[in-house]
Amino acid sequence: MTLMTYRDAVARGIAQELERDDRVVFLGEDVGAAGGVFKATGGLLERFGPLRVADTPISEQAILGAAMGAAMTGLRPIAEIMFSDFLAVCWDLVANEIAKTRYMTNGQISLPLVIRTGNGGGLRFGAQHSQSLENWAMAVPGLKVVAPSTPEDVVGLLAAAVRDPDPVMFFEHKGLYPTKGEVPDGEIVDTLGTAKVRRRGTDCTILALAAMVPRALKAADALAAAGVNATVVDVRSLVPLDTATILDAVARTGQLFTVEENPRLCGWGAEIVSVVVEEIWDDLDGPPIRITTPHVPLPSSDTLEDATIPSVTRIVDTVRKVME
Amino acid sequence: MPTPTDLGLPETPAFRHEVDAETELELYRSMERLRRFEKRAYDLFLQSLVKGTSHLSLGQEAIAAAFGASMRPDDWTFATYRGHAHTLARGVAMEPIMAELLGRSTGLMAGKGGSMHLTSVEHGVMGSYAIIGAHLTIANGAAWSAKLRGTDQVAVCFFGDGTTNIGAFHEALNLAATWKLPVVFVCENNQWMEYTPIGSVTAVPRPAADRAAAYGLEPVVVDGNDATAMYAAARDALRHARSGHGPVLIEALTYRHGGHSRADPAKYRPAEEVEPWLLRDPLVTYRAHLLRKGVEEGVLKGIDEDVLREVDDATEAARNAPEPDLTLIERDVWADGSSAWRN
Ligand SMILES: Cc1ncc(C[n+]2csc(CCOP(=O)(O)OP(=O)(O)O)c2C)c(N)n1
Repeated sequence: MTLMTYRDAVARGIAQELERDDRVVFLGEDVGAAGGVFKATGGLLERFGPLRVADTPISEQAILGAAMGAAMTGLRPIAEIMFSDFLAVCWDLVANEIAKTRYMTNGQISLPLVIRTGNGGGLRFGAQHSQSLENWAMAVPGLKVVAPSTPEDVVGLLAAAVRDPDPVMFFEHKGLYPTKGEVPDGEIVDTLGTAKVRRRGTDCTILALAAMVPRALKAADALAAAGVNATVVDVRSLVPLDTATILDAVARTGQLFTVEENPRLCGWGAEIVSVVVEEIWDDLDGPPIRITTPHVPLPSSDTLEDATIPSVTRIVDTVRKVME
Repeated sequence: MPTPTDLGLPETPAFRHEVDAETELELYRSMERLRRFEKRAYDLFLQSLVKGTSHLSLGQEAIAAAFGASMRPDDWTFATYRGHAHTLARGVAMEPIMAELLGRSTGLMAGKGGSMHLTSVEHGVMGSYAIIGAHLTIANGAAWSAKLRGTDQVAVCFFGDGTTNIGAFHEALNLAATWKLPVVFVCENNQWMEYTPIGSVTAVPRPAADRAAAYGLEPVVVDGNDATAMYAAARDALRHARSGHGPVLIEALTYRHGGHSRADPAKYRPAEEVEPWLLRDPLVTYRAHLLRKGVEEGVLKGIDEDVLREVDDATEAARNAPEPDLTLIERDVWADGSSAWRN
């Protein structure tokens, strides 16, 4: 075990895969010589050279086009889009080209590629550098969507994404980069489409993703002190979705809360709630409750942004009110 | 609105490039295949058998034929929604293409792609793309992979003049040039976007070539209706890219005979523009050129008859092919063949 930051886990995960498989290549803006704007990819250029760790121009379409063309002709690219907000600039490549190619070609072309991106808010970056956009990707058939919350998951899920034969959108949370966790030594590979139960409790289930996971866990501790014992499930992968683990947790506890950083409309929580309601209606003690960001672009000031993204206090208050 | 002479072209194609006799007949046969196939596709559209939209390249056959004849089997083609010709020119059989246009189970993509998305990986046809400009960036990726893997394959990417005004064009050229990728960009300047003449929305007269220098490339302008000039240009470009000298951009001057898509009668084009271009029909002029050079009429007739039979057979087989199985709907979103998004 090594204690490392989420940021260092990114470099470790990419390095592990570059080391293992010659077909893996990594490209993006400032990723090589500069080590990435979030300093999450330092040392890779020195170790693997400019052919496999490629600095690109500010050309998001060119980056994803290159990743796609390379993937269809035998490489396994990891492409970085610096902030997830910038996906809008290359959404054609993501949603029209990469996602649909396998289907439109009736299986002739597979695209084993990973799009990594810095997602999420809480850093006062304002509305064009803070969005949580995993819902955009989730709505497009053909994309797998992953969002890790711990350094260990970053390494393991990134490895799984690189080895997956399909395109994977890998949403790293900007607010988690400095957070630390133990990561097992040696090669680690996780499994896409698996949720993790982070805490077991009998009274209710809280589903969370990425930066909302540590908040849900803190909230669960506070709730336990107040007599409410919550299960916390880290969803980790939105597509494929581990409904088995989620349904099991909800059925055991009878009450579901989702904690989403994204705006409320069409958030991933709504999809999961609909699955739960359809499949285990009889096991529910009450209506599932969604805790989300309101339907607004993210404001920038300390006070405003903190009040917009679900906080530990908001989770605790919401759960307590329902559970009383 | 430019006539051919306004663009600096002679009244008819010059055919001054020396091409060996075998290649000449190959070019003729290829152009004849593209022409007859598309005319048949149009007939079937009028009978409501071909549905949706599709985009013909009648009049632009020399470009696809020249590249088809000069590319190596392991090179890659990236085409647009106007991609029947490029697909056929790489040697893909007519029948699966026709069946795809008719939405049948024997289609190239079993009816899941349609006219605008022809793909045959086996023949190096790596897709036809219906969003303007994206495929230039994708062709770069294939070229990058050839470079990294140390093969000497070349990616060839066809697009229209209208495409030169979209961001992806500029991003792709800059990346290809800075990374010295083995990619050949071929702008088929048929003078029109959909219903708007390219000159009215572009600040330079040659929309592709005039921008080449901005990316450090030599501008190459070719008479796109001259099959031998196109063949020479294609061969030179492929050689340049294959030997590691980086990308090439060709602007081929040509004209589409019909409308943008099949619903379009193209009434917006003045006769003074259309007529001189029709005189430069690449197939008619090439046939005359071959006869002038001493090729026997019977040889060309033989080719015409073979091609017509091929088109008839393809049409017949496609029309008789079964509709696709409904299980296809939920197949092949993922590499495991499924569309499952949850366990
Ligand atoms: C991004 C995008 N914008 C608009 C369209 C609609 N559209 C389809 S073809 C076309 C004209 C393209 O003209 P050009 O690039 O000259 O190619 P040509 O059709 O002449 O081969 C347009 C505007 C599109 N498919 N994609």
